[in-house]
Amino acid sequence: MSSANTLTRITPKNITDQEFFYGHKACAGCGGSLAVRLALKVLGERTYAAFPAGCMAAVGFIYPQMAFTNNAIITTFPGVASMASGIAVGAKALGIQNFKTVAFAGDGGTADIGLQALSGMIDRGDDVLYICYDNEAYMNTGIQKSGLTPFGTQTTTTPAGKNIHGSKTQKKNLFEIIAAHDIPYAATASIGYPQDYIDKVQKAAQVKGPAFIHVYASCPTGWGTPTETSVEIAKEAVDCGLFFLAEYENGDYRLTRNPKQFASVADYLKKQGRFKHLSDADIASIEAHRDHKWERMRRMWNHQ
Amino acid sequence: MSRPVKQNFIRPTHIEGFPVGPQFTAGHLADTNAGWRTFRPVVNHDTCIYCLRCYLVCPDGTIFKDNGKIAVDYDYCKGCGVCAHECPKNAIEMVKEQL
Amino acid sequence: MSKKREFISGDEAVAIGVKLSRPHVIAAYPITPQTITVERLSEMVERGELNAEYMHVESEHSAISAAMGASAVGARTFTASSSQGLLYMTEGLHYASGGRFPVVMMNANRSVALPWSIYGDQRDSLSLLDSGWIQVYVEDAQEALDMMIQAFRIAEHPDVLTPMMVNLDGFILTHTYEIVEIPEQSQVDAFLPPFQTPNKMCFDNPKNMGFSSQPNDNTEFKYQQNLAVLNAVKVLEQADTDFAAMFGRKYNGMVDEYQSADAEVLLVTLGSVTGTVRDVVDEMRAEGHKVGVIKIRYMRPFPEEQLQNLTAGAKAIGVLEKDISFGYEGTVYTNVNSALAKVGNTVPKLNFVGGLGGRDVSKADIRNMFLKLQRVAAGEAYKTVDFFNLNVETNE
Ligand SMILES: Cc1ncc(C[n+]2csc(CCOP(=O)(O)OP(=O)(O)O)c2C)c(N)n1
Ligand code: SF4
Ligand code: SF4
Ligand code: SF4
Ligand SMILES: [Mg+2]
Repeated sequence: MSSANTLTRITPKNITDQEFFYGHKACAGCGGSLAVRLALKVLGERTYAAFPAGCMAAVGFIYPQMAFTNNAIITTFPGVASMASGIAVGAKALGIQNFKTVAFAGDGGTADIGLQALSGMIDRGDDVLYICYDNEAYMNTGIQKSGLTPFGTQTTTTPAGKNIHGSKTQKKNLFEIIAAHDIPYAATASIGYPQDYIDKVQKAAQVKGPAFIHVYASCPTGWGTPTETSVEIAKEAVDCGLFFLAEYENGDYRLTRNPKQFASVADYLKKQGRFKHLSDADIASIEAHRDHKWERMRRMWNHQ
Repeated sequence: MSRPVKQNFIRPTHIEGFPVGPQFTAGHLADTNAGWRTFRPVVNHDTCIYCLRCYLVCPDGTIFKDNGKIAVDYDYCKGCGVCAHECPKNAIEMVKEQL
Repeated sequence: MSKKREFISGDEAVAIGVKLSRPHVIAAYPITPQTITVERLSEMVERGELNAEYMHVESEHSAISAAMGASAVGARTFTASSSQGLLYMTEGLHYASGGRFPVVMMNANRSVALPWSIYGDQRDSLSLLDSGWIQVYVEDAQEALDMMIQAFRIAEHPDVLTPMMVNLDGFILTHTYEIVEIPEQSQVDAFLPPFQTPNKMCFDNPKNMGFSSQPNDNTEFKYQQNLAVLNAVKVLEQADTDFAAMFGRKYNGMVDEYQSADAEVLLVTLGSVTGTVRDVVDEMRAEGHKVGVIKIRYMRPFPEEQLQNLTAGAKAIGVLEKDISFGYEGTVYTNVNSALAKVGNTVPKLNFVGGLGGRDVSKADIRNMFLKLQRVAAGEAYKTVDFFNLNVETNE
């Protein structure tokens, strides 16, 4: 039934009607839950899914409300990659065939506390698809700064005041950290470009071995955005260049979207409560950082 | 069934009725999310072009294909409004729930 | 049938016991003095003697996480650690017992930093007594091998489904060579059935596992978890009996004793030091002293009733342990004392703390303990905690 095993492109027309993440308690309009929902629909029912502590674990498994119709498990916060590895290796040792193992972790669970285990998983070459849904903070514990919280973001541990304007650090370069392992396949995606995300999940699912997707996933609660704009805001992040869509395959980087012209960074930021405090100078510095990053990506990576 | 439905869950009254450790039937839903909603999405089938954008982007998966028509599972729709906001034809209206 | 014997170390005995138990997945991270076990297991996998997946995890946290993941799909799993590594696993130890994953682990008992020391004491595992694992402590390499096989049977039993830690004293057991009898694979297969559980992720009957529970249900899960460890009492005793019938070696379940029946003073021990104590008992008995020893094998579940009965006739009791809970007393002592208090045993009970960070516990030390217990039984004043064999003067 796993449609990922055919090479027909999965689209809303032919994707399975089955819902695997259903009746969960995520906030209305949660971007992370859309990332999980779509990926599981691509991967199909013969999927083991592992979730570390974080919003998706917290909203999906509240006894007796079990929101996954496929096999799913909560792992320790730092241990999702290694538990997913154990699942994949254990199932193989038992002779189970035709299945996929996927790990879904937040930005904190991936770029901070779970990075070591993820590195080990990739190094061992375990057959796991790891998807990081990036909502740019520790949401489950109440919006604290993570290693993927961008510069200038107001969180509950990076308050914006007179002296400090939110987070003082830039987002870690997670995609390249993962690619530097020479992983067979890595990609970035956004729930604002859902078909592109589906395509990448489908491609990653073909890999026998580790694969990684970093998907930008809005959080209306933590970002201070209206629930109905969750998909739109995740698209705007890409259009204004603060997030990028790319792939790493066979040792090569490729921009899968290379905007001729960026949409306004200020417009993107000003729509969100977490950036309301930013001054024009702050926004200018965010733009400068974006331009520097894109200059390097366009120079070093393949693109159209 | 392509989506789970609410089960009639009765909390075990004896310890032997409890699951052995924290593991339980996948997709077992003991309650609905309908109470979360202040607005409900209502599809205008006359203007809908069945592009499936709403089905694609619903975070809760509560939009489904019903014999060539868009339908909503109101037991689990949270009323976030993403579907209406993303519809290219404005074919979904968010209507205030009567309390 | 001629029996196969090998001259091997405790670590190697563990590896052979694990191999005979046919695990599907081994996930372990090296740490002295456990390393030889994982090296031997890797060699067995390389030679094709052991048909298991050996996972080169990047840490102990990942070792236990991977083991749990494999266990969650129904695989038989093994890990091994010691000291800092065991402590680094702590989150996963509680997770494994709460998740009812019957992972089996070998722990080479080693001192805990700071100060650094690679040598033995029991502070690592005893500090994790509350992690929900069944804990057994072995006395020699043969018992180490045998207990690996028993551990899988006990941990995986449907009434138990609880992880189990087999502890052996670092260096004293892990690195000491002994003649060890190697069980026949066919007999091990007959003793240890394959792991089977309905509580796993499978595609015929998908599960959501490791869920969260509300205050309304949490206590019930913890009640059940406690019951599972208590259920292990019957299961481990049956395993001991069946093992003896099959292999001719009996370990007497939760506790073992030597010359305790008419002993006036008793030492309660844990682990390899028991051998030395037995020797001293023989020597002192020859001189006419009524001394004896009770060896605790299982710290969890705890042999409360056995200890109550075996100590009933003693006039003074000493608990000898390589552990201290700073600011109070040794953890073994606390447990023994609690068991005896429940039956109103009010004889003097001393806590001999020592052998820390690899210091030898000599026959002379043990003789002094017995002599002190005799004096205390006769009315000499005493302090409960006795840091024996300190190399310096103190202000006490
Ligand atoms: C070892 C450990 N440290 C801290 C926590 C508390 N904790 C649980 S979830 C979480 C934040 C998760 O953030 P992220 O991974 O970004 O996922 P999100 O909640 O945003 O979906 C934290 C700090 C924990 N469960 N375990
Ligand atoms: S806090 Fe954010 S990430 Fe968490 S459930 Fe709510 S919307 Fe989703
Ligand atoms: S997005 Fe609008 S037009 Fe497209 S299927 Fe949904 S309701 Fe119809
Ligand atoms: S309102 Fe939100 S939850 Fe309800 S159908 Fe639309 S997108 Fe789905
Ligand atoms: Mg997050």
